[in-house]
Amino acid sequence: MAYSDKVVEHYNNPRNVGSLSKEDPNVGTGLVGAPECGDVMKLQMRINPDTNVIEEAKFKTFGCGSAIASSSLATEWVKGKTVEEALSIKNTDIVRELALPPVKIHCSVLAEDAIKAAIGDWKKKHGIAVPVAEKVAH
Amino acid sequence: MAVKLPIYMDNHATTPVDPRVVEAMLPYFNEKFGNAASRNHSFGWAGEEAVETARQQVASLIGATPKEIIFTSGATESDNLMIKGVAEMYREKGNHIITEAIEHKAVLDTCKRLEKEGFEVTYLPVQKDGRVNLDELKVAIRPTTILITVMYANNEIGAVNPIREIGKIAKEHGIFFAVDGVQAVGKIPVDVQKDNIDLLAISGHKIYGPKGVGALYVRRRNPRVQLSAIIDGGGHERGMRSGTLNVPGIVGLGKACEIAQQEMPEESARMLALRTRLQKGLEAKLDEVFINGSMEHRLPNNLNMSFAYVEGESLLMGINDIAVSSGSACTSATLEPSYVLKALGVGEDLAHTSIRFGLGRFNTPEEVDYVIEKMTQVVTKLRELSPLYEMAKEGIDISKVKWQTA
Repeated sequence: MAYSDKVVEHYNNPRNVGSLSKEDPNVGTGLVGAPECGDVMKLQMRINPDTNVIEEAKFKTFGCGSAIASSSLATEWVKGKTVEEALSIKNTDIVRELALPPVKIHCSVLAEDAIKAAIGDWKKKHGIAVPVAEKVAH
Repeated sequence: MAVKLPIYMDNHATTPVDPRVVEAMLPYFNEKFGNAASRNHSFGWAGEEAVETARQQVASLIGATPKEIIFTSGATESDNLMIKGVAEMYREKGNHIITEAIEHKAVLDTCKRLEKEGFEVTYLPVQKDGRVNLDELKVAIRPTTILITVMYANNEIGAVNPIREIGKIAKEHGIFFAVDGVQAVGKIPVDVQKDNIDLLAISGHKIYGPKGVGALYVRRRNPRVQLSAIIDGGGHERGMRSGTLNVPGIVGLGKACEIAQQEMPEESARMLALRTRLQKGLEAKLDEVFINGSMEHRLPNNLNMSFAYVEGESLLMGINDIAVSSGSACTSATLEPSYVLKALGVGEDLAHTSIRFGLGRFNTPEEVDYVIEKMTQVVTKLRELSPLYEMAKEGIDISKVKWQTA
Protein backbone atom coordinates (compact mmCIF):
# COMPACT_ATOMS: atom_id res chain seq x y z
CA MET A 1 0.00 0.00 0.00
CA ALA A 2 1.33 3.42 -0.83
CA TYR A 3 1.14 6.01 1.91
CA SER A 4 0.43 9.69 1.38
CA ASP A 5 3.38 12.03 1.79
CA LYS A 6 1.80 13.48 4.93
CA VAL A 7 1.47 10.07 6.59
CA VAL A 8 5.09 9.30 5.75
CA GLU A 9 6.18 12.69 7.07
CA HIS A 10 4.38 12.20 10.42
CA TYR A 11 5.70 8.64 10.64
CA ASN A 12 9.27 9.77 10.07
CA ASN A 13 8.98 12.83 12.31
CA PRO A 14 6.22 12.18 14.80
CA ARG A 15 5.26 15.29 16.78
CA ASN A 16 4.91 15.41 20.55
CA VAL A 17 5.94 11.86 21.34
CA GLY A 18 6.08 11.14 25.05
CA SER A 19 4.15 10.97 28.28
CA LEU A 20 2.82 13.35 30.92
CA SER A 21 2.20 12.41 34.54
CA LYS A 22 -1.15 10.64 34.81
CA GLU A 23 -1.36 11.82 38.41
CA ASP A 24 -1.18 15.51 37.54
CA PRO A 25 -4.69 16.94 38.12
CA ASN A 26 -4.37 19.10 35.03
CA VAL A 27 -3.46 16.18 32.78
CA GLY A 28 -6.13 14.20 30.97
CA THR A 29 -5.20 10.76 29.63
CA GLY A 30 -7.00 8.88 26.88
CA LEU A 31 -6.07 5.27 26.14
CA VAL A 32 -8.08 3.76 23.30
CA GLY A 33 -7.93 0.69 21.07
CA ALA A 34 -6.64 -2.78 21.95
CA PRO A 35 -3.46 -4.73 21.21
CA GLU A 36 -5.37 -7.63 19.62
CA CYS A 37 -6.93 -5.17 17.19
CA GLY A 38 -3.51 -3.91 16.23
CA ASP A 39 -4.04 -0.31 17.42
CA VAL A 40 -3.57 1.33 20.81
CA MET A 41 -3.35 5.11 21.19
CA LYS A 42 -2.44 6.99 24.32
CA LEU A 43 -3.11 10.71 24.10
CA GLN A 44 -2.40 13.05 27.00
CA MET A 45 -3.11 16.76 27.38
CA ARG A 46 -2.16 19.31 30.01
CA ILE A 47 -5.12 21.66 30.25
CA ASN A 48 -5.11 25.00 32.04
CA PRO A 49 -8.16 24.90 34.36
CA ASP A 50 -8.52 28.69 34.31
CA THR A 51 -8.58 29.15 30.54
CA ASN A 52 -9.54 25.61 29.41
CA VAL A 53 -6.68 25.87 26.93
CA ILE A 54 -4.69 22.74 26.04
CA GLU A 55 -1.15 23.82 26.73
CA GLU A 56 0.65 20.59 26.06
CA ALA A 57 -0.17 17.34 24.26
CA LYS A 58 1.76 14.08 24.06
CA PHE A 59 1.07 10.74 22.44
CA LYS A 60 2.29 7.20 22.12
CA THR A 61 0.78 4.82 19.57
CA PHE A 62 1.04 1.13 18.80
CA GLY A 63 -0.33 0.71 15.32
CA CYS A 64 0.25 1.12 11.63
CA GLY A 65 1.77 4.19 10.02
CA SER A 66 -1.65 5.78 9.55
CA ALA A 67 -2.48 5.32 13.23
CA ILE A 68 0.82 6.93 14.23
CA ALA A 69 0.24 9.80 11.82
CA SER A 70 -3.37 10.31 12.98
CA SER A 71 -2.36 10.60 16.62
CA SER A 72 0.67 12.74 15.84
CA LEU A 73 -1.58 15.10 13.88
CA ALA A 74 -4.14 15.11 16.70
CA THR A 75 -1.55 16.35 19.22
CA GLU A 76 -0.53 19.08 16.80
CA TRP A 77 -4.11 20.20 16.28
CA VAL A 78 -5.26 20.23 19.90
CA LYS A 79 -2.29 22.21 21.19
CA GLY A 80 -3.33 25.80 21.92
CA LYS A 81 -7.00 25.03 21.40
CA THR A 82 -9.64 25.25 24.11
CA VAL A 83 -11.30 22.07 25.26
CA GLU A 84 -14.43 22.98 23.30
CA GLU A 85 -12.46 23.64 20.13
CA ALA A 86 -10.57 20.37 20.48
CA LEU A 87 -13.83 18.46 20.90
CA SER A 88 -15.01 19.80 17.56
CA ILE A 89 -12.20 17.98 15.71
CA LYS A 90 -13.78 15.24 13.65
CA ASN A 91 -12.20 12.08 12.32
CA THR A 92 -13.13 13.19 8.80
CA ASP A 93 -10.86 16.23 9.24
CA ILE A 94 -7.99 13.85 9.94
CA VAL A 95 -8.91 11.64 6.98
CA ARG A 96 -8.84 14.67 4.71
CA GLU A 97 -5.61 16.13 6.06
CA LEU A 98 -3.71 12.84 5.82
CA ALA A 99 -5.45 11.55 2.68
CA LEU A 100 -6.23 8.26 4.41
CA PRO A 101 -7.66 5.49 2.23
CA PRO A 102 -10.99 3.89 3.29
CA VAL A 103 -9.25 0.90 4.91
CA LYS A 104 -7.46 3.30 7.28
CA ILE A 105 -10.45 5.39 8.38
CA HIS A 106 -10.58 3.49 11.68
CA CYS A 107 -7.21 5.07 12.55
CA SER A 108 -8.77 8.52 12.38
CA VAL A 109 -11.79 7.37 14.40
CA LEU A 110 -9.41 6.12 17.06
CA ALA A 111 -7.62 9.49 17.14
CA GLU A 112 -10.92 11.34 17.60
CA ASP A 113 -11.81 8.90 20.37
CA ALA A 114 -8.45 9.51 22.02
CA ILE A 115 -9.07 13.28 22.09
CA LYS A 116 -12.50 12.76 23.66
CA ALA A 117 -11.17 10.22 26.14
CA ALA A 118 -8.32 12.50 27.27
CA ILE A 119 -10.62 15.48 27.73
CA GLY A 120 -13.18 13.27 29.45
CA ASP A 121 -10.52 12.12 31.90
CA TRP A 122 -9.53 15.72 32.62
CA LYS A 123 -13.16 16.74 33.11
CA LYS A 124 -13.68 13.88 35.53
CA LYS A 125 -10.68 15.01 37.56
CA HIS A 126 -12.25 18.45 37.79
CA GLY A 127 -15.73 17.22 38.61
CA ILE A 128 -17.18 18.36 35.30
CA ALA A 129 -19.92 16.18 33.89
CA VAL A 130 -19.08 14.56 30.54
CA PRO A 131 -22.02 14.85 28.13
CA VAL A 132 -23.02 11.64 26.36
CA ALA A 133 -22.04 13.12 23.01
CA GLU A 134 -18.45 13.45 24.17
CA LYS A 135 -18.20 9.94 25.52
CA VAL A 136 -16.23 7.40 23.55
CA ALA A 137 -19.04 5.18 22.47
CA HIS A 138 -18.91 2.08 20.30
CA MET B 1 31.19 -4.12 1.14
CA ALA B 2 28.22 -1.83 0.75
CA VAL B 3 24.94 -3.64 0.23
CA LYS B 4 22.73 -2.88 -2.71
CA LEU B 5 19.30 -1.59 -1.71
CA PRO B 6 16.51 -2.54 -1.57
CA ILE B 7 17.21 -5.98 -0.13
CA TYR B 8 14.88 -8.80 -1.14
CA MET B 9 14.20 -11.17 1.77
CA ASP B 10 10.70 -12.39 0.92
CA ASN B 11 11.62 -15.61 -0.88
CA HIS B 12 8.55 -17.52 0.34
CA ALA B 13 6.43 -15.18 -1.76
CA THR B 14 8.50 -15.56 -4.88
CA THR B 15 12.11 -15.88 -5.97
CA PRO B 16 14.08 -14.22 -8.73
CA VAL B 17 14.66 -16.47 -11.72
CA ASP B 18 18.17 -17.92 -11.64
CA PRO B 19 20.19 -16.55 -14.60
CA ARG B 20 21.02 -20.14 -15.60
CA VAL B 21 17.28 -20.81 -15.81
CA VAL B 22 16.69 -17.73 -17.94
CA GLU B 23 19.45 -18.85 -20.28
CA ALA B 24 17.94 -22.31 -20.65
CA MET B 25 14.52 -20.84 -21.42
CA LEU B 26 15.47 -18.24 -24.00
CA PRO B 27 15.72 -20.43 -27.13
CA TYR B 28 12.19 -21.69 -26.53
CA PHE B 29 10.54 -18.32 -27.06
CA ASN B 30 11.39 -17.68 -30.70
CA GLU B 31 13.92 -20.20 -31.94
CA LYS B 32 12.47 -23.51 -30.79
CA PHE B 33 8.93 -22.22 -30.42
CA GLY B 34 7.13 -25.32 -31.63
CA ASN B 35 4.02 -26.73 -30.04
CA ALA B 36 5.07 -29.81 -28.09
CA ALA B 37 1.92 -31.53 -29.32
CA SER B 38 2.85 -31.06 -33.00
CA ARG B 39 3.90 -34.59 -33.86
CA ASN B 40 4.67 -34.11 -37.54
CA HIS B 41 7.51 -31.62 -37.81
CA SER B 42 10.85 -30.76 -36.27
CA PHE B 43 9.53 -27.66 -34.47
CA GLY B 44 7.12 -29.81 -32.53
CA TRP B 45 9.73 -32.48 -31.87
CA ALA B 46 12.13 -29.92 -30.42
CA GLY B 47 9.41 -28.71 -28.07
CA GLU B 48 8.47 -32.22 -27.06
CA GLU B 49 12.07 -33.16 -26.42
CA ALA B 50 12.56 -30.13 -24.17
CA VAL B 51 9.42 -30.96 -22.21
CA GLU B 52 10.53 -34.56 -21.71
CA THR B 53 13.93 -33.41 -20.47
CA ALA B 54 12.19 -31.14 -17.97
CA ARG B 55 9.89 -33.95 -16.90
CA GLN B 56 12.97 -36.02 -16.14
CA GLN B 57 14.56 -33.16 -14.18
CA VAL B 58 11.45 -32.60 -12.06
CA ALA B 59 10.98 -36.33 -11.43
CA SER B 60 14.60 -36.77 -10.43
CA LEU B 61 14.38 -34.07 -7.75
CA ILE B 62 11.54 -35.84 -5.93
CA GLY B 63 12.38 -39.51 -6.57
CA ALA B 64 9.59 -40.04 -9.11
CA THR B 65 9.53 -41.36 -12.68
CA PRO B 66 9.00 -38.90 -15.55
CA LYS B 67 5.62 -40.38 -16.48
CA GLU B 68 4.33 -39.40 -13.06
CA ILE B 69 4.90 -35.68 -13.65
CA ILE B 70 2.31 -33.48 -15.31
CA PHE B 71 2.80 -29.80 -15.98
CA THR B 72 0.35 -27.11 -14.88
CA SER B 73 0.12 -23.33 -14.72
CA GLY B 74 1.40 -23.26 -11.15
CA ALA B 75 0.94 -24.72 -7.72
CA THR B 76 -2.52 -23.26 -7.20
CA GLU B 77 -3.70 -25.28 -10.19
CA SER B 78 -1.76 -28.32 -8.98
CA ASP B 79 -3.37 -28.07 -5.54
CA ASN B 80 -6.80 -27.70 -7.11
CA LEU B 81 -6.24 -30.62 -9.46
CA MET B 82 -4.88 -33.03 -6.87
CA ILE B 83 -7.74 -32.38 -4.45
CA LYS B 84 -10.68 -31.92 -6.80
CA GLY B 85 -9.34 -34.59 -9.13
CA VAL B 86 -9.26 -37.23 -6.40
CA ALA B 87 -12.51 -36.05 -4.82
CA GLU B 88 -14.44 -36.39 -8.05
CA MET B 89 -12.79 -39.61 -9.20
CA TYR B 90 -13.26 -41.45 -5.92
CA ARG B 91 -16.51 -39.91 -4.74
CA GLU B 92 -18.25 -43.26 -4.69
CA LYS B 93 -15.62 -44.56 -2.29
CA GLY B 94 -16.20 -41.82 0.25
CA ASN B 95 -16.77 -38.13 0.79
CA HIS B 96 -14.42 -37.28 3.62
CA ILE B 97 -11.19 -35.28 3.30
CA ILE B 98 -8.69 -34.46 6.02
CA THR B 99 -6.53 -31.35 5.85
CA GLU B 100 -4.93 -28.99 8.35
CA ALA B 101 -5.87 -25.52 9.52
CA ILE B 102 -2.74 -23.73 8.31
CA GLU B 103 -2.70 -24.93 4.71
CA HIS B 104 -2.24 -22.45 1.92
CA LYS B 105 -5.47 -20.89 0.64
CA ALA B 106 -5.11 -22.86 -2.59
CA VAL B 107 -5.86 -25.95 -0.49
CA LEU B 108 -8.26 -24.44 2.06
CA ASP B 109 -10.42 -22.66 -0.49
CA THR B 110 -10.51 -25.80 -2.64
CA CYS B 111 -11.67 -27.83 0.35
CA LYS B 112 -14.28 -25.17 1.16
CA ARG B 113 -15.67 -25.47 -2.35
CA LEU B 114 -15.85 -29.25 -2.05
CA GLU B 115 -17.78 -28.84 1.22
CA LYS B 116 -20.40 -26.91 -0.70
CA GLU B 117 -20.59 -29.84 -3.08
CA GLY B 118 -21.34 -32.32 -0.32
CA PHE B 119 -17.90 -33.37 0.86
CA GLU B 120 -17.02 -33.37 4.53
CA VAL B 121 -13.70 -31.85 5.49
CA THR B 122 -11.81 -32.13 8.76
CA TYR B 123 -9.40 -29.25 9.39
CA LEU B 124 -6.83 -30.62 11.81
CA PRO B 125 -5.57 -28.10 14.34
CA VAL B 126 -1.81 -27.75 14.59
CA GLN B 127 0.45 -27.94 17.60
CA LYS B 128 2.19 -24.88 18.98
CA ASP B 129 5.17 -25.68 16.76
CA GLY B 130 2.97 -25.48 13.66
CA ARG B 131 2.95 -29.21 12.89
CA VAL B 132 0.21 -31.79 12.60
CA ASN B 133 -0.32 -34.05 15.60
CA LEU B 134 -0.28 -37.66 14.39
CA ASP B 135 -2.65 -38.90 17.07
CA GLU B 136 -5.22 -36.30 16.11
CA LEU B 137 -4.82 -37.33 12.50
CA LYS B 138 -5.45 -41.00 13.34
CA VAL B 139 -8.58 -40.10 15.30
CA ALA B 140 -9.91 -38.05 12.39
CA ILE B 141 -9.77 -40.94 9.91
CA ARG B 142 -13.18 -42.39 9.00
CA PRO B 143 -14.23 -45.29 6.76
CA THR B 144 -15.30 -42.65 4.24
CA THR B 145 -11.96 -40.80 4.20
CA ILE B 146 -10.57 -40.75 0.66
CA LEU B 147 -7.87 -38.10 0.92
CA ILE B 148 -5.44 -36.61 3.41
CA THR B 149 -3.90 -33.37 2.20
CA VAL B 150 -1.21 -31.71 4.28
CA MET B 151 1.51 -29.26 3.30
CA TYR B 152 5.14 -30.33 3.46
CA ALA B 153 6.30 -27.03 4.91
CA ASN B 154 4.36 -23.93 5.86
CA ASN B 155 4.82 -20.74 3.86
CA GLU B 156 4.60 -18.37 6.85
CA ILE B 157 6.45 -20.12 9.64
CA GLY B 158 8.49 -22.69 7.72
CA ALA B 159 7.36 -25.54 9.99
CA VAL B 160 8.02 -28.91 8.33
CA ASN B 161 5.33 -31.53 8.90
CA PRO B 162 6.07 -35.18 9.79
CA ILE B 163 5.27 -36.08 6.19
CA ARG B 164 6.83 -39.53 6.19
CA GLU B 165 4.79 -40.56 9.24
CA ILE B 166 1.59 -39.11 7.81
CA GLY B 167 2.27 -40.90 4.52
CA LYS B 168 2.67 -44.16 6.39
CA ILE B 169 -0.62 -43.70 8.22
CA ALA B 170 -2.40 -42.84 4.97
CA LYS B 171 -0.97 -45.89 3.24
CA GLU B 172 -1.96 -48.20 6.09
CA HIS B 173 -5.53 -46.98 5.78
CA GLY B 174 -5.61 -47.06 1.97
CA ILE B 175 -6.17 -43.30 1.81
CA PHE B 176 -4.55 -41.11 -0.85
CA PHE B 177 -2.00 -38.64 0.45
CA ALA B 178 -1.71 -35.33 -1.41
CA VAL B 179 0.99 -32.85 -0.41
CA ASP B 180 1.43 -29.16 -1.18
CA GLY B 181 5.19 -29.21 -1.63
CA VAL B 182 5.59 -25.62 -2.78
CA GLN B 183 7.90 -24.38 -0.02
CA ALA B 184 9.76 -27.64 0.56
CA VAL B 185 10.60 -29.04 -2.88
CA GLY B 186 14.04 -27.85 -3.93
CA LYS B 187 14.82 -26.59 -0.41
CA ILE B 188 14.89 -29.82 1.62
CA PRO B 189 15.03 -33.45 0.48
CA VAL B 190 11.61 -34.65 -0.70
CA ASP B 191 11.23 -38.25 -1.84
CA VAL B 192 7.78 -39.42 -2.90
CA GLN B 193 8.73 -43.07 -2.37
CA LYS B 194 10.19 -42.81 1.12
CA ASP B 195 7.56 -40.25 2.13
CA ASN B 196 4.65 -42.34 0.78
CA ILE B 197 3.32 -39.34 -1.13
CA ASP B 198 0.68 -40.03 -3.81
CA LEU B 199 0.30 -36.50 -5.16
CA LEU B 200 2.70 -33.59 -4.83
CA ALA B 201 2.17 -29.99 -5.95
CA ILE B 202 5.24 -28.06 -7.14
CA SER B 203 5.68 -24.41 -8.08
CA GLY B 204 8.24 -22.96 -10.49
CA HIS B 205 8.66 -19.47 -9.11
CA LYS B 206 9.41 -20.51 -5.53
CA ILE B 207 12.52 -22.37 -6.64
CA TYR B 208 14.20 -19.73 -8.86
CA GLY B 209 12.16 -20.76 -11.88
CA PRO B 210 9.58 -18.69 -13.76
CA LYS B 211 6.05 -17.79 -12.69
CA GLY B 212 3.11 -19.35 -14.48
CA VAL B 213 4.40 -22.90 -14.41
CA GLY B 214 4.07 -25.72 -11.93
CA ALA B 215 3.93 -29.47 -11.78
CA LEU B 216 1.92 -32.21 -10.16
CA TYR B 217 3.33 -35.59 -9.27
CA VAL B 218 0.67 -38.29 -9.70
CA ARG B 219 1.65 -41.76 -8.46
CA ARG B 220 1.35 -44.50 -11.08
CA ARG B 221 1.80 -47.63 -8.99
CA ASN B 222 1.34 -48.80 -5.39
CA PRO B 223 -1.26 -47.40 -5.66
CA ARG B 224 -2.10 -45.95 -9.04
CA VAL B 225 -3.89 -42.63 -8.63
CA GLN B 226 -6.48 -41.56 -11.16
CA LEU B 227 -7.64 -37.99 -11.43
CA SER B 228 -10.68 -36.34 -12.92
CA ALA B 229 -9.44 -33.46 -15.04
CA ILE B 230 -10.61 -29.97 -14.17
CA ILE B 231 -9.62 -28.50 -17.55
CA ASP B 232 -10.86 -30.15 -20.73
CA GLY B 233 -9.71 -29.65 -24.28
CA GLY B 234 -7.29 -31.87 -26.13
CA GLY B 235 -6.25 -34.43 -23.59
CA HIS B 236 -2.70 -33.23 -23.04
CA GLU B 237 -0.68 -34.56 -20.11
CA ARG B 238 -2.25 -38.01 -20.23
CA GLY B 239 -5.72 -36.51 -20.15
CA MET B 240 -5.21 -34.91 -16.77
CA ARG B 241 -4.43 -31.40 -17.91
CA SER B 242 -5.44 -30.17 -21.32
CA GLY B 243 -3.93 -27.10 -22.88
CA THR B 244 -0.88 -26.38 -25.02
CA LEU B 245 2.21 -26.86 -22.93
CA ASN B 246 4.07 -23.76 -21.77
CA VAL B 247 7.36 -24.98 -23.22
CA PRO B 248 9.65 -22.12 -22.12
CA GLY B 249 8.14 -22.20 -18.63
CA ILE B 250 8.46 -25.96 -18.40
CA VAL B 251 12.08 -25.80 -19.57
CA GLY B 252 12.69 -23.22 -16.84
CA LEU B 253 11.01 -25.32 -14.16
CA GLY B 254 13.08 -28.33 -15.22
CA LYS B 255 16.32 -26.39 -15.12
CA ALA B 256 15.40 -24.92 -11.73
CA CYS B 257 14.80 -28.43 -10.37
CA GLU B 258 18.11 -29.64 -11.77
CA ILE B 259 20.01 -26.79 -10.11
CA ALA B 260 18.13 -27.29 -6.84
CA GLN B 261 19.01 -30.97 -6.80
CA GLN B 262 22.69 -30.37 -7.52
CA GLU B 263 23.12 -27.53 -5.07
CA MET B 264 20.76 -28.44 -2.23
CA PRO B 265 23.35 -29.72 0.28
CA GLU B 266 25.53 -26.62 -0.10
CA GLU B 267 22.62 -24.22 -0.42
CA SER B 268 20.63 -25.43 2.58
CA ALA B 269 23.77 -25.22 4.75
CA ARG B 270 24.28 -21.66 3.55
CA MET B 271 20.63 -20.75 4.21
CA LEU B 272 20.87 -22.17 7.70
CA ALA B 273 24.03 -20.17 8.40
CA LEU B 274 22.37 -16.95 7.22
CA ARG B 275 19.21 -17.73 9.19
CA THR B 276 21.21 -18.39 12.35
CA ARG B 277 23.16 -15.18 11.85
CA LEU B 278 19.90 -13.24 11.48
CA GLN B 279 18.23 -14.86 14.47
CA LYS B 280 21.21 -14.50 16.81
CA GLY B 281 21.84 -10.95 15.66
CA LEU B 282 18.27 -9.85 16.34
CA GLU B 283 18.09 -11.68 19.66
CA ALA B 284 21.36 -10.10 20.79
CA LYS B 285 20.19 -6.58 20.05
CA LEU B 286 16.51 -6.64 20.97
CA ASP B 287 14.62 -7.88 24.01
CA GLU B 288 11.17 -9.45 23.86
CA VAL B 289 11.42 -11.06 20.46
CA PHE B 290 9.73 -14.40 19.96
CA ILE B 291 10.13 -17.04 17.26
CA ASN B 292 6.91 -18.42 15.78
CA GLY B 293 6.88 -22.10 14.83
CA SER B 294 9.23 -25.02 15.36
CA MET B 295 12.97 -24.36 15.34
CA GLU B 296 13.75 -28.06 15.14
CA HIS B 297 11.54 -28.89 12.16
CA ARG B 298 11.85 -25.82 10.04
CA LEU B 299 12.87 -24.80 6.53
CA PRO B 300 16.46 -23.57 6.64
CA ASN B 301 15.55 -20.30 4.90
CA ASN B 302 12.65 -19.24 7.13
CA LEU B 303 12.57 -17.05 10.20
CA ASN B 304 9.27 -15.78 11.59
CA MET B 305 9.60 -13.51 14.59
CA SER B 306 7.30 -11.38 16.70
CA PHE B 307 8.69 -8.07 17.91
CA ALA B 308 6.47 -7.42 20.92
CA TYR B 309 4.82 -4.00 21.28
CA VAL B 310 5.59 -2.96 17.69
CA GLU B 311 2.84 -3.28 15.09
CA GLY B 312 3.99 -5.10 11.95
CA GLU B 313 2.87 -2.66 9.30
CA SER B 314 4.51 0.30 10.99
CA LEU B 315 7.64 -1.82 11.21
CA LEU B 316 7.53 -2.59 7.48
CA MET B 317 7.10 1.12 6.83
CA GLY B 318 10.28 1.85 8.76
CA ILE B 319 12.32 -0.79 6.97
CA ASN B 320 11.14 0.17 3.52
CA ASP B 321 14.45 -0.70 1.90
CA ILE B 322 14.00 -4.32 2.99
CA ALA B 323 11.37 -6.56 1.42
CA VAL B 324 9.87 -8.90 4.04
CA SER B 325 6.27 -9.58 5.02
CA SER B 326 4.17 -9.33 8.14
CA GLY B 327 1.40 -11.34 9.77
CA SER B 328 -0.17 -8.09 10.86
CA ALA B 329 -3.79 -7.45 9.99
CA CYS B 330 -2.97 -4.16 8.42
CA THR B 331 -1.01 -5.82 5.65
CA SER B 332 -4.00 -7.87 4.57
CA ALA B 333 -7.26 -6.84 3.04
CA THR B 334 -9.32 -8.45 5.79
CA LEU B 335 -7.96 -6.59 8.86
CA GLU B 336 -7.53 -10.00 10.46
CA PRO B 337 -4.06 -11.05 11.57
CA SER B 338 -2.50 -14.18 10.11
CA TYR B 339 -4.72 -17.27 10.43
CA VAL B 340 -1.57 -19.36 10.55
CA LEU B 341 -0.22 -17.63 13.65
CA LYS B 342 -3.68 -17.73 15.25
CA ALA B 343 -3.88 -21.48 14.66
CA LEU B 344 -0.53 -21.88 16.43
CA GLY B 345 -2.00 -20.17 19.47
CA VAL B 346 0.07 -17.03 19.02
CA GLY B 347 -1.96 -14.27 20.69
CA GLU B 348 -3.50 -11.76 18.32
CA ASP B 349 -1.43 -9.02 19.94
CA LEU B 350 1.79 -10.84 19.06
CA ALA B 351 0.48 -11.89 15.65
CA HIS B 352 0.22 -8.18 14.82
CA THR B 353 3.93 -7.80 15.55
CA SER B 354 5.26 -10.66 13.42
CA ILE B 355 7.68 -10.43 10.54
CA ARG B 356 8.51 -13.23 8.11
CA PHE B 357 12.03 -13.30 6.75
CA GLY B 358 12.43 -15.54 3.71
CA LEU B 359 16.07 -16.02 2.85
CA GLY B 360 17.10 -17.02 -0.64
CA ARG B 361 19.87 -18.10 -2.95
CA PHE B 362 21.04 -14.57 -3.62
CA ASN B 363 21.13 -13.18 -0.07
CA THR B 364 24.51 -12.43 1.48
CA PRO B 365 25.84 -12.20 5.05
CA GLU B 366 26.28 -8.45 4.49
CA GLU B 367 22.59 -8.13 3.68
CA VAL B 368 21.70 -10.06 6.82
CA ASP B 369 23.86 -7.69 8.89
CA TYR B 370 22.16 -4.70 7.31
CA VAL B 371 18.75 -6.17 8.13
CA ILE B 372 19.77 -6.74 11.76
CA GLU B 373 20.96 -3.14 12.10
CA LYS B 374 17.93 -1.64 10.42
CA MET B 375 15.45 -3.80 12.31
CA THR B 376 17.10 -2.91 15.61
CA GLN B 377 16.98 0.77 14.80
CA VAL B 378 13.32 0.79 13.72
CA VAL B 379 12.04 -1.54 16.47
CA THR B 380 13.80 0.60 19.08
CA LYS B 381 12.31 3.78 17.64
CA LEU B 382 8.80 2.33 17.46
CA ARG B 383 9.00 0.96 20.97
CA GLU B 384 9.77 4.45 22.21
CA LEU B 385 6.54 5.37 20.47
CA SER B 386 4.60 2.40 21.83
CA PRO B 387 2.27 2.86 24.81
CA LEU B 388 2.34 -0.92 25.26
CA TYR B 389 6.11 -1.03 25.65
CA GLU B 390 5.88 1.80 28.20
CA MET B 391 3.18 -0.04 30.14
CA ALA B 392 5.15 -3.29 30.07
CA LYS B 393 8.22 -1.49 31.38
CA GLU B 394 6.08 -0.05 34.20
CA GLY B 395 5.22 -3.62 35.12
CA ILE B 396 1.63 -3.57 33.83
CA ASP B 397 0.39 -6.90 32.48
CA ILE B 398 -0.96 -5.91 29.06
CA SER B 399 -3.14 -9.02 28.87
CA LYS B 400 -4.99 -7.99 32.04
CA VAL B 401 -5.83 -4.47 30.91
CA LYS B 402 -9.48 -3.85 30.11
CA TRP B 403 -9.31 -2.27 26.67
CA GLN B 404 -11.92 0.02 25.22
CA THR B 405 -12.65 -1.68 21.98
CA ALA B 406 -15.13 -1.14 19.26
